Amino acid sequence: MPYERVLMQNVGVPNSTSLQVYKAAGGYQGLVKAFGMKPGEVVDLVRQSNLRGRGGAGFPAGVKWGFLPIDREITYLCVNADESEPPTFCNRITIEHDPHMLLEGILIAGYATGSTVAYIYMRGEFMEQFHVLQKALDEAYQAGYFGKNILGSGYDLECYIHRGAGAYVCGEETGLIESLEGKRGQPRIKPPFPAIEGAFHKPTVVNNVETLACLPHILTRGLDWWLSLGTEASKGPKMYCISGPVNRPGCYEAPLGITVRELIYGDDFGGGMRDGKKVKGVFPGGLSVGVLRGDIFPKPPDGQVDPAKGYDELDCILDFDDPRHYGLLGLGTAAAVVIPEDVDIRDVLLNVTRFYSHESCGQCTQCREGTNWIYRIARRIQSGAGRSYDLDLIAELTENMGMMPGLSICGLPDGAVYPIRTLVQKFRAEFERHIAAQTPDAVAKTIKAINPAAYELPIQEGRALAHVGGSMQEIGDRL
Amino acid sequence: MSWETIDRTTVAEEKLGPGLSAAAREKIRTFFPRYPSKRAAMLPALHIAQDEIGYCSLRAMRDIAELLEVPPSAVMDVVTFYTQFWTHPRGKKVITVCRSLSCELMGGKEVLAALKEKLGIDEHQTTPDGKYSLVTEECLASCDHGPCMQINEKTHKCVRVEDLDRILSDPDNDKISMPRSDIFDAPQKT
Repeated sequence: MPYERVLMQNVGVPNSTSLQVYKAAGGYQGLVKAFGMKPGEVVDLVRQSNLRGRGGAGFPAGVKWGFLPIDREITYLCVNADESEPPTFCNRITIEHDPHMLLEGILIAGYATGSTVAYIYMRGEFMEQFHVLQKALDEAYQAGYFGKNILGSGYDLECYIHRGAGAYVCGEETGLIESLEGKRGQPRIKPPFPAIEGAFHKPTVVNNVETLACLPHILTRGLDWWLSLGTEASKGPKMYCISGPVNRPGCYEAPLGITVRELIYGDDFGGGMRDGKKVKGVFPGGLSVGVLRGDIFPKPPDGQVDPAKGYDELDCILDFDDPRHYGLLGLGTAAAVVIPEDVDIRDVLLNVTRFYSHESCGQCTQCREGTNWIYRIARRIQSGAGRSYDLDLIAELTENMGMMPGLSICGLPDGAVYPIRTLVQKFRAEFERHIAAQTPDAVAKTIKAINPAAYELPIQEGRALAHVGGSMQEIGDRL
Repeated sequence: MSWETIDRTTVAEEKLGPGLSAAAREKIRTFFPRYPSKRAAMLPALHIAQDEIGYCSLRAMRDIAELLEVPPSAVMDVVTFYTQFWTHPRGKKVITVCRSLSCELMGGKEVLAALKEKLGIDEHQTTPDGKYSLVTEECLASCDHGPCMQINEKTHKCVRVEDLDRILSDPDNDKISMPRSDIFDAPQKT
C-alpha cells in the first residue's frame, strides 16, 4: 500500500498557504479535539506517542513538556525555525507550503503546556518564508485562532515571529533564548534547563517546526495510526531531504526507518545518481551526524555492520538509533547530501571544517580554537601541502572537543567532531594517498604561490615547513 | 603609538553615520508590547535600522540603545555577533552566495568565481557604483535547488554561470513575488 503523505499533504496544492485551503483539508480539527481534552491529557497523549524531537537531538517532546514545574505562573513557547544545518530544508518546505499546519501545532503545544506567548524564532535568511508565515499568522488571528479566548475555550495565546540575523548556534535551544532576549546568541550553561528557567527567566518550551507540525496529526488520526508507522523506538512520519547530484533532489515524506540506499536510489525518493555516477560518501542527517561510506566500497559479505572495516554503509536505517551503529551521532535532521565518486574528499573536509569554524560562537575555548585549528589543517591538506601526521592530529583534536568529554556548553563542537572524525576515519586511505602523492617540488610550489617569503626556508620530504619565522601557526594561516 | 591614550568617547561626527528617523523609532516602539523586556526588541530594532539606513551606523546603535534602555555597548555587542548586520555602508543589492556542501557540489564555487569576475569585486566588497555587494553565507536552506544565491530578499535557485548575466541585468532581481508583510519594511518616505 503506498504511504499517504500527511506532513506534506498540502504541498503542491494550489494556494496551500491560505487558511481556506488548509481548513478544507481538515485543518484545525486537531486543535478542536485538543480543546476537548485537558492540557494534561494532551501531554500524556504526546508522551505515549513517543514523538521524538525532529530538530536533531531526538528528545521526546512529551517528556520535555513534563519537566515544566507544576506551579509555574507563565510559560513561553519558542518555536525553533532557525533551520541552519546544511543541507536541511524540510522546515522551509513546511513554512512555505503549509504554514497553518505549523500554527495549529503551536496552538496545540501551547494549550498542552499552558503557554501564553509563542515566539517563532525564524532564521534571518528566510525572507520569502517570513512573509508567507506572517500572512498566515495574520489570517489565523483574524479567524480567531490566536488572541484571547480561542474558539471559546478560554485559552489565550499570542504568537509573534522573531527574526534572527544569521547565526547557526541560535538553533541551539538556549542560544535561541539568549538571542530572543536581545543578546548575542551564545548558549547557556545547563542546568537550569529551559523548562525550569528559560526565556526571560521563566519556564520555556523549545520545539522544532516539524515536531509541532506532527501534533495535529497525532490528535486527528489517533495514537494507533501514529504507532503503526516507523520502527521500534522511532515512531511516526519524517520529512527526508536529499540534495547533491541526484536525479530528484528534494524533500520526501516517509515513515521513519527507510535506508540511505532507498533515499538515494528509490524511485519515490532521490531517483538515483546523476550521470550514473557512484556514491563516494553520504552525510545522512545533516553535516553534524557524520559521514557514511558509499557504494564505491565493497558490500559487506555477511551484511554485518562494522564501521571499522571499509565496507559500503548505505544500508544504514534512518531512524533515531541505527545510525549510531555506524559511528554517527544519531538521526540528526535526516537530510542527506550525497558526495559523488569524482569529488576530492579534501574539498569536502575543507568545506565542513570551514562551516564549523565560521559558526562556533566563541564561548568555549576548545571549540573556538579547535574548529579553527582543524580548518587550518584542512586548508593545508587541500592546498597540497599536507603532512603525514596531520590526520592523526585531526583525530586527536576531535577527541578533545565537545560535550561528550564534558568540555563544552552546547553541542556544536560534538556536531563538528562527528563529521570531521568520520571523514578522516572512513576516507583515511584517500587522504593518505593524496598526501603521499605530494612531491617536495609540488609542496614548495604550493607554498611559494601562497607565501613567497616562506619559500626561502628548508622543506623536508614532502612536508610543509616545520617553522616559518618561529611560528607554525603562520603557515596554517597563510595556507 | 600603543601607549598613547586613545579617546574612545568622542567619535568624529562623520564616522557616526545617519541616525534613526522618527518613523523608525515609532516602528521599533511597536515591538515593545511583544516582549516582557525592552531589550528583547533588539533584533527587530536592528533589522528596522538596517532597512532604513542600509547598515547599522554608530548613531543608529546609540539611538537604539536609548530606546531600549541598554548601554550602547550592548547594542554593538549584538551587532557584531550576527552575520547579517553590517557596520559599514553596503551596496543597494546584496548578493549572498551559498557556499555550503550541497551548493558547492552542484557548482557553487564556479558561480561565485563568475560573480566575482563579472562584478569586479571580491567577497565582502561593494562595486564602485554602490549597486552590488557580494558576500557568502553558510547554507540558505535551498539545498535541493543548489547552487543558490539570494539578492536581498529574493532567492535565486539552480543558478548556472550562464544565467548570471540575465539575473544581474534584471532590475527586479531582488523583488519577491508574494504578498509582503510590512512589519520590517523601511518606513515610507514622504
